[in-house]
Amino acid sequence: MTVDPKALTKDRLIWMYTQMFRIREFEERVKRTFAEHPGVIRGHAHLGDGAEGAIVGALSTRNETDLVMPSYRCHGYPIVLGTPARGLMAEIYTRRDGVCKGFGGSMHLADPARYFPGTSGIIGQSIAHATGAGLTAQVKGTGQVVYCFFGDGSTKQGAFFESLNLAAIWKLPVVYVLENNQYQAYTHVSLEDANVMAGDELSKKAQAFSIPGVTVDGTDVLAVREVVATAAERARAGSGPSLVEAKFYRFSAHGNAITVPPVPTQFPEHESVEVYGNKKEFAEWKAKDPNAKFRAKLVADGTLTEEGAKKIEDAARAEMEDAVQFALNSPLPNPEEAVKYVYA
Amino acid sequence: MPREMMFAEAMATAIMEEMQRDSDVVFYGQNMAMTERDPFLKHFGKNRVRITPISETAEIGAAVGAAMTGLRPIVELYMSEFMLVAFDQVINEAPRMRYMSGGQVKVPLVLKAGFGFAAGWAGQHSNCLYHTMMGIPGLRLALPSTPADAKGLLTAAIRDDNPVVYLHHYMLMLDKGPVPEGDFVVPFGVADVKREGTDVTIVATAWMVKKSLAAAEQLAKEGISAEVVDPRTLAPLDVDTIVNSVKKTGRLVLVDQAPRQSSAAAVIAGEVAEHGFHYLKAPVKIVTAMDTSVPYSEPLESYVLPNEEKIVAAVKSVVSSAMVDA
Repeated sequence: MTVDPKALTKDRLIWMYTQMFRIREFEERVKRTFAEHPGVIRGHAHLGDGAEGAIVGALSTRNETDLVMPSYRCHGYPIVLGTPARGLMAEIYTRRDGVCKGFGGSMHLADPARYFPGTSGIIGQSIAHATGAGLTAQVKGTGQVVYCFFGDGSTKQGAFFESLNLAAIWKLPVVYVLENNQYQAYTHVSLEDANVMAGDELSKKAQAFSIPGVTVDGTDVLAVREVVATAAERARAGSGPSLVEAKFYRFSAHGNAITVPPVPTQFPEHESVEVYGNKKEFAEWKAKDPNAKFRAKLVADGTLTEEGAKKIEDAARAEMEDAVQFALNSPLPNPEEAVKYVYA
Repeated sequence: MPREMMFAEAMATAIMEEMQRDSDVVFYGQNMAMTERDPFLKHFGKNRVRITPISETAEIGAAVGAAMTGLRPIVELYMSEFMLVAFDQVINEAPRMRYMSGGQVKVPLVLKAGFGFAAGWAGQHSNCLYHTMMGIPGLRLALPSTPADAKGLLTAAIRDDNPVVYLHHYMLMLDKGPVPEGDFVVPFGVADVKREGTDVTIVATAWMVKKSLAAAEQLAKEGISAEVVDPRTLAPLDVDTIVNSVKKTGRLVLVDQAPRQSSAAAVIAGEVAEHGFHYLKAPVKIVTAMDTSVPYSEPLESYVLPNEEKIVAAVKSVVSSAMVDA
């Protein structure tokens, strides 16, 4: 949609809430699949429920041709970009009508035609890829900005430091969105980060590269939008990259339980409860659910009516139910297809 | 009318010509294009020719991302060992993206690195690591032995829409040889018979081709006619040409500068064992480096590496071998 990203119109606000709810409903349906249709999802799936403020806040500043490069926790982004939910669910369900024809799965969704070139399942490495996408934009003078999303865990990986330094010295048009959901898999950020241990924010890492770094409440979608808009403008102006740390909480565990066939997998409780026994922490963050907060605000200030909100939500539920049914009924790929796409 | 060119010059010319031909080709690496006097910088400017910090993960990772989004990067890595710090990007990222996306993206990049230095560079700078990059689906691997092949393969690599590891042997850099003029491409997956012969097939790569040719000269004086086959690319590997040569000669010696069980020779021998077993009149023989790291002092270094004498001895041993039961 060619909407001026700076214009926070009523339509834009409603669009934002719609995307946030669609992401949540999609992720809920993926999670439910483990209980309702065991065996349909293989390998490891990672959900972004709770990340909607960061995802939609950031992407609401995006021009139509700007690139989006997340990590393997990647379902929410193509939802926003307009990739059909059917194709996404079918991919996660291993089907040939999946966006990657069943070749990639949950961690490796891709829709390059919608400016989502792909992901990496190796923590931190996609940060380097996004940096390269920024190089393409700069060399070709396209004016594109690259939105690079990654988690707090990846910021201790060498690829993070090397990539941000490279982007800084070349002034690449990249917005590095650090999604700090407090946990790297099962490890709390306070156990592994020198900045956090010293009482600093993760965004302090930007100082290592002398680029702007800012921390924002990731549960406040409009706050995220404002901060990312500044970073995107800076990138677009040719002034180089920025680091935006959005702090929030994911509401699902890191991923489904890692089991070896024939042991069935399932989605465990969030690590705060499952590993650390800290129900209080989980409840406190749940109370700050970005979707609930934004809905309440929009209804309170009259942007949305209760009926309007319900309509959006019902439509999203119907959309994702349709996606699930489509995926369940989609055929598996032909085995012989496996030898395709190795080489261009 | 071919032109006499140095190996190093042939490579630089290939890059220069391809960058001229295709504005999507960019070239970057450490310690290159430092001043305005650099010829690549002069011709193509700071946008397309860049100096990088010592950041192989970012250099190669950025090449992956750039290639996925429309550029054709050439990354100058200088030594194959330097790829090791970024090996995830080489083995687990670049070759996987197209496949995992169901064919939606392509990753046209070239990782250019030298290898095989035998001049006292010692244990960490003298290795032959191509076996780690063979057989990785999605990854191509080229290693020329002549200036002509150097130019033709590098041109092919840059035009290839897949990730290519292009390895150039340091001991060949100053070699001169005829290079065809004009648009010249050596296709991947086509081995080259560098010397025809009838009594034994010698398969060798890079510097070992040169040593094998010298050994063949020596052997010819003793009445043994050796055919020298240079695979030129290890991925794709032209097994057919090798098997056809073994069909003709009945004997196979493989020469590889890497240690035995981390050699390409061991892999190729396996292919011949499966596809050319009935053509063999004698067991296969592999001539490789000894199972050590490469030492610093010259007598130590020479001792562990393959040389003409070892190749000649290996050929004589398979030629004098008793007939294998047909």
